[in-house]
Amino acid sequence: MLAYALRRIIPSFVTLLVMAMLVFIGVFAIGDPIEILVDPSADEAIREGVRQSLGLDLPLYQQFYIFLQHAAVGDFGNSFVHGSPAMQLILQRLPATLELAITAITVAILVGIPLGMLAGMQSDSATGRLIMSGSILGFSLPTFWVGMMLILLFAVILGWLPAGGRGDTTSVLGVPVSFLSVEGLRHILLPAFTLALYKMALVIRLARAGTREVMQQDYIKFARAKGLSSARIIFLHVLKNIMIPIVTVIGLEFGSLIAFAVVTETVFAWPGMGKLLIESMLKLDRPVIVAYLLFTVCLFITINLLVDLIYSLLDPRVRLGGNQ
Amino acid sequence: MNDATTTTIADAPHAARPCVGVQTPLQRVWVDFKSSRIALCGLLTVCLLVVFAVCAPLLTPQDPYDLNQLSIMDAHLKPGSMNADSSFRFWLGSDDQGRDIYSGIVYGLRTSLLVGFGTTSLALLIGTLFGLVAAYFGGFVENLIMRLVDLQLSFPAMLIALILVSILGSGIDKVIMALVAVQWAYYARTIRGAALVERRKEYMEAAQCLGLSHARIVFSHLLPNSLPPLLVVAAINIATAISLEATLSFLGVGAPITKPSLGKLIANGYSYMLSGEYWISFFPGLILVVAIVSINLVGDQLRDALNPRLQK
Repeated sequence: MLAYALRRIIPSFVTLLVMAMLVFIGVFAIGDPIEILVDPSADEAIREGVRQSLGLDLPLYQQFYIFLQHAAVGDFGNSFVHGSPAMQLILQRLPATLELAITAITVAILVGIPLGMLAGMQSDSATGRLIMSGSILGFSLPTFWVGMMLILLFAVILGWLPAGGRGDTTSVLGVPVSFLSVEGLRHILLPAFTLALYKMALVIRLARAGTREVMQQDYIKFARAKGLSSARIIFLHVLKNIMIPIVTVIGLEFGSLIAFAVVTETVFAWPGMGKLLIESMLKLDRPVIVAYLLFTVCLFITINLLVDLIYSLLDPRVRLGGNQ
Repeated sequence: MNDATTTTIADAPHAARPCVGVQTPLQRVWVDFKSSRIALCGLLTVCLLVVFAVCAPLLTPQDPYDLNQLSIMDAHLKPGSMNADSSFRFWLGSDDQGRDIYSGIVYGLRTSLLVGFGTTSLALLIGTLFGLVAAYFGGFVENLIMRLVDLQLSFPAMLIALILVSILGSGIDKVIMALVAVQWAYYARTIRGAALVERRKEYMEAAQCLGLSHARIVFSHLLPNSLPPLLVVAAINIATAISLEATLSFLGVGAPITKPSLGKLIANGYSYMLSGEYWISFFPGLILVVAIVSINLVGDQLRDALNPRLQK
C-alpha cells in the first residue's frame, strides 16, 4: 500500500512542477510588468533600475527558481489591486466557493439518484423517457443562461428569492457560512441549483445505467423470491450497489465543480474565489491569477490522488494490477 | 482496398428497410440515422441555423456590427416596437445600443457556428495527427504525447480555455486558438484508442509486409478504419465549443463588444434583466440552447448509427 501511495504521489509532484512552469511562462508571456509598474515617461535608466530591483534582469530559469522558492511557502506577492497578499485573498474567498460546491453536490445527489433510479426501473415508460430527455437538457443548457433565467423567474418576476450576493452569514469556528440561516439558504438556493444542474444530469445517467444493470442480477431476483418488500430491495440492495460508480465520479467531478463555480459565481455575484479570478483577469492582477491557478492545480492533484488512493483501498485489484 | 468500412450490409435485414443490392457505408449510416425522428429534427434545425448564419445579411433588417446603422433612439425597445424612422419592426426588441436583437442573434449565430465548426475541424486535424503518430510509432513519442493528453484532460476544459484566452487576449481568432488547444486532446486520445485496436489487425501486417510507406499505411489504412468514433466525438465537441465560447464571452474574455456573439449578447442583457428587460438575454439564449441541443441530438444518434454492436 505504501509503495503504491508513493508511486502515485511522486508523479503528482511532477505534474505540479510542470503546471507551475507552464503558468509561470504563460503569465510572463502576457507582457512586460515594467510597462504597468513604471511611469511611461520614465527614462531607460530608471526602468533598468526597477528591472534589477525586481530581479527581472535575471535569466528566466533563475526567476523561476526564485518564484518556486516563494510559492512553496504560499507567497505569490501582493495583489496589484487590493494590496494584500494574493494567497490570503484567495483563502478568504475559499469558504464561500466550497460551501457553494458542497451544496451543489448535495443537491445533485439528492435529486439525481432518485430520478435516475426511477428512470432505470421504468426505462420504457413515459416517466423514464421524460427524465432522460431532462438529463440531455441538463447536459446541453449553458450554465450562465440557466442562472440568468432562474434570476429572471424567481427574483424579478416572482420576487421569491434574492437575485445575487451571499446575504448575512453565520460564523462557525470563524468561518462564515450561509446554510445555517433562512436568509443564507435563500441566497444559496439558486446558485447551488444552477451549479448542480450539469452534475445532476450526470448522476441521473449513472444511477439509471446502474439500476438497469443491478435489477437484472440474481441477488435481486433472490431477494424478490424471499418476499422482501420492494422498498427494502430498492433502498438496501439496489442503492448500495449503484453507489460505487457514483461516488467515484462525484469525487473526480468535485474539482470541475470548483472550476465551473467561476461562471455561477459571476452570474449570482457570489463572493467566492471564482469571481475573484474573473475580476483579477479583467484588471490584469497577475499575482492573484497565478495564486488562483496554482491553488486550483494543487486542489485538483490532491483530489485525483485521494480518489486513486481510496479506490485502491476499496478495490485491491487496482494496486495489485499496478505491480505486475 | 478500404477494408472493414466497405463490408456490404445486405445481410442486415430490417423489415421495412428497402435493401437494394449493396449499400455504401454512408447509405448504411444514413438509414440508421434517420430511424430516430428526433435526431432528424435536430439535423434539420442545424441545417436551418447554418442557412440563417450564412445568409445573415439577406435575412436581417440591419447590420448589428455596423455602428452607423445603430441609433441610440432605438435603445431598450420592447419586442414588436417600430424603429425611430419606422422602416422596420424590432420583433424581438432592441438592446442598450439600439441594436435589433433578431439581427444580433443571426449575426451572433455566425460567430458561434464559426467557432464551433472552426475549432472542431482544426482540433480534429491536430488531434488526429498526434493520436495516429502516438499509436503508430509507440515508445517515447507515444509516452510524451499521451502524458500531455492525460495532463490536459485531468483539468476542466473551461478552466484551461479561460487561462489561455487571458494569456492570448480576446477576439474570436484567439478564442478559436484556445479552444483548439483544449479540444485536440480528446481527439488524440480517441483515435489512439481506436488505432491501437486496428494496428493489431492482419490487414496492417499485410500492409507492412507489402513495404508500403509509413505515411501511406497511416493515412490510407489506419486512419479510415479508426474514423467512426472520432466523428462522434467531433459532433458532440461542436456543441461544447459553442457553449464554451458563449461562456467565455459572457465572462468578458471572448468576443469583442462591437461584434457580439450569442454569449456576448446574453452578457449585454445581464445588467438590464433585473429591471425587467428580459428580451436582450432571453432570445439569444434560447437560440443558443436550440443550437446546442440540436447538435447534441445529431451527435447522439450518430453514435448509435456508427456503432457496429448496435447493428440489427
